[in-house]
Amino acid sequence: MSLISCENLSFAYEGVTVLHDLNFTVERGNYLCIVGENGAGKSTLMKGLLHLKKPSAGTLTTGEGLRPDRIGYLPQQTPVQRDFPASVNEVVLSGCLPGLGLFPFYRKQDREKALRNMEALEIADLKNRSYRELSGGQQQRVLLARALCATGELLLLDEPVAGLDPLVTAGMYGLIRKINKEMGITVIMVSHDLKAATRYASHILHLGEDRQLFFGRTESYKKSAAYHAFMGEAAVHIRKQGKAAKDPAQADKGGV
Amino acid sequence: MIGLIPEMFTYPFMCRAFAVGSLIALCAALLGVTLVLKRYSMIGDGLSHVGFGALAIASAMNAAPLAVAIPVVMAAAVALLYLSENSRIHGDAAIALISTGSLAVGVTVVSMTTGMNTDVYNYLFGSILSMSEGDVVLTAVISAAVLVVFLLFYNRIFAVTFDETFARATGIRTGRLSILIAVLTALVIVIGMRMMGSLLISSLVVFPALTSMRVFKTFRGVMISAGIVSVVCLLLGLTISYLHATPTGASIVLCNIAAFFIYLGISKVREKTYNKG
Ligand SMILES: Nc1ncnc2c1ncn2[C@@H]1O[C@H](COP(=O)(O)OP(=O)(O)O)[C@@H](O)[C@H]1O
Ligand SMILES: [Mg+2]
Repeated sequence: MSLISCENLSFAYEGVTVLHDLNFTVERGNYLCIVGENGAGKSTLMKGLLHLKKPSAGTLTTGEGLRPDRIGYLPQQTPVQRDFPASVNEVVLSGCLPGLGLFPFYRKQDREKALRNMEALEIADLKNRSYRELSGGQQQRVLLARALCATGELLLLDEPVAGLDPLVTAGMYGLIRKINKEMGITVIMVSHDLKAATRYASHILHLGEDRQLFFGRTESYKKSAAYHAFMGEAAVHIRKQGKAAKDPAQADKGGV
Repeated sequence: MIGLIPEMFTYPFMCRAFAVGSLIALCAALLGVTLVLKRYSMIGDGLSHVGFGALAIASAMNAAPLAVAIPVVMAAAVALLYLSENSRIHGDAAIALISTGSLAVGVTVVSMTTGMNTDVYNYLFGSILSMSEGDVVLTAVISAAVLVVFLLFYNRIFAVTFDETFARATGIRTGRLSILIAVLTALVIVIGMRMMGSLLISSLVVFPALTSMRVFKTFRGVMISAGIVSVVCLLLGLTISYLHATPTGASIVLCNIAAFFIYLGISKVREKTYNKG
């Protein structure tokens, strides 16, 4: 039995279906990238997988004893207020909450787990720093460490590198690969970056306007029509945006 | 004048005020951090007005003030929470309606029955003398309960305040937790209102949190600092109120304002030395 399997899964907002008839499965150890245009419904699908949004049709089955509240999640945007007081340690530890059950306080093993995950993501030295004073890249690592505390099995990442500069982005991809390969955690990631997706992922789910264009192994995706159409479009898009993409305001946000 | 301070403790009502006041100040400050960060400060303010309406009606009916105010304000807390979460655009307007509406009801009831007597004045501006022995016991029990519940839920409260989506995804019942926070706030507002006055009680909730956020940058740091600032300001305010016969609530608020500027000064000095070094 698969870790996750979807059959004819659909999602709707106020009666308007934004995703039709998704069919895909995720096996333990997979690295699935979900790609597609803005507004294709990638974030909606993530919320569905997290049971934050009910499907309007079809079935979503989780297998192998995967509990929906034991999934690590990195939201697309974490609208944390500019002046929110929280230390890195406090944020990462909050990922251990689902494991506490009804017990109110963190135990020794939770603190150790948080520290282990901070070390794995190379942020242990930031432990007592204030979250809001970190760079964008450092903040993403903190949220990734929190997600790791919540799960030992499955990680859902919604555009984890959005807004990061290329160097920090590469570091982030490296960490995610390490999590998948070394810790054996299944990864489902939403990405805009088709090149990175096809480079790192084992499987690709390509969402079109309102339905699924492709699901399968990355090697066969590279030979598919959906991939070439998307690449062609992306190339045109990049050429059009040429100058805008070099916006210097973006570049100074990263920097680990 | 310093000689008057030992004398102050020979009065049982002052000892009661110090003991119960500190408990209330602590509860208000801790909950206040959450309310400010969750942008729920307006709810606290609305509740204090509802509390005034409830107290006015209770005194008109000759009923026990707390027995009437507690259930009414709790119900209002849940209603205000619902309004602020579900009608995004008109949430704050709805809160304003409820709070001014309750004030109007209260004032009307008062003028039709007892008139503007000292009791009513005390409901508005607070008094240390207003606490009977029975009130003191009830207030102490309620604030102790609020503290215990708050501590038990501290980690979960942090999680929903920091990132509600993540908390929900990891199985925390965020809706229930919000209701819990609203109910605890209602309790603190009602028991604090007698001493602080309904017009000033929300400052006891908001000030220590805002003050502490100038200087402290971790959630726990802000919590601890807010608790200390709040209790210290209460003790100072009560003493000033005793020495100069000033209204209790107003004296405490003035101390809180002073604390705010002290913290602001500290943060500015720190910024400067940081920028230099
Ligand atoms: N809360 C919402 N209410 C109504 N429509 C929504 C909501 N969230 C998303 N949508 C719509 O659903 C579609 C998919 O959105 P989303 O899942 O965020 O796309 P993506 O993450 O792929 O950019 C969009 O057309 C968007 O307008
Ligand atoms: Mg999205």
